[in-house]
Amino acid sequence: MNLEVIVAQPLLKANEELAGQNRNRLNRGGITTVNLISAPGAGKTTLLEKTIGALKNLFSIGIVEGDIYTTFDSERLAGQGVAVVQINTYGGCHLDAQMVAQALERLPLAKLKLLFIENVGNLVCPAEFDLGENCKVAILSVSEGSDKPKKYPLVFQEAEAVILNKIDLLPYTDFDLAAAKEQLKEIKNNLVIFPLSAKTGEGMEAWVEWLKDKVSQTEKSSATG
Amino acid sequence: MHETALIAEVLKTVRQSALENNLPKVTKIKLAIGKLSMALPEALIFAFQVLKKGTICEEAELEIESKEIILQCLDCTQEFRSQDYNFSCPFCARSRIKIIQGRELHIISFEGEENELGSNCGSTLIKSQ
Repeated sequence: MNLEVIVAQPLLKANEELAGQNRNRLNRGGITTVNLISAPGAGKTTLLEKTIGALKNLFSIGIVEGDIYTTFDSERLAGQGVAVVQINTYGGCHLDAQMVAQALERLPLAKLKLLFIENVGNLVCPAEFDLGENCKVAILSVSEGSDKPKKYPLVFQEAEAVILNKIDLLPYTDFDLAAAKEQLKEIKNNLVIFPLSAKTGEGMEAWVEWLKDKVSQTEKSSATG
Repeated sequence: MHETALIAEVLKTVRQSALENNLPKVTKIKLAIGKLSMALPEALIFAFQVLKKGTICEEAELEIESKEIILQCLDCTQEFRSQDYNFSCPFCARSRIKIIQGRELHIISFEGEENELGSNCGSTLIKSQ
């Protein structure tokens, strides 16, 4: 006899449950968690180095560093005097909530105020996987072209803020900053956009201030809640 | 790009539910895949063909229901279909939106054959969870 069984279950249910647990744990600790997503080579690690430099004297920062192979990035960041945990996905194209849960075990959470999760370089899959973060921040570098928001809408729709990195290269590319901003606004009207150059430092201040605000908001809500 | 991981999850969930419902052989699996999800139907089917081998789903077919993108404008509350991944509201031109449909990555249902002992013909619907 043939039977039909109604499952009606999200495919990523297991991930969503674990992400919820991560989120509760981080919120209880009053930790602001930012999931950084970009294509390979958009400058996530350089941005993190510069951001850490601007913030590490104000509060304690942790990093979960996702890479397919190698520990190059975590070695770069460990030199900054912050707590870094490396996750290697060995071929996996995104981090998932389970990997992050394991990484949290290895971080000094009681001390941390701000946690960055540097996702695997990929604009596609990481958008789909909730890790338990407070917000996703997408990074697009001007050398990638201003058509990327329309090509990968989900990641920009999921993001709370977008960094347009490497603006020092604008004179050498045909990247149309105004068009890119317009495309982003079409995807999500209330996106916060930070055109900056992590390399030269131009525009970094607004991004750093935004992070400081986030940290104080989380502190307030964890103190009252 | 992560379609293989998704299909592995489908096979795991369906296997568990099939065993719970005493169905040793699965004949069909239905998925709902939103157009805003980043999963490609062709890649899902390919991953399914590869990963189902040696499982209770080996002879199953995969049916994918593609879900259009339906958005709701948070400013004027109108619902609209997104054309060409444009998220601007056609009524008020803003783009503060809520996704009503299109993000799906769901297992809708599956069909399976009961042990020989089952006698009645026809299809019965079982509600799982």
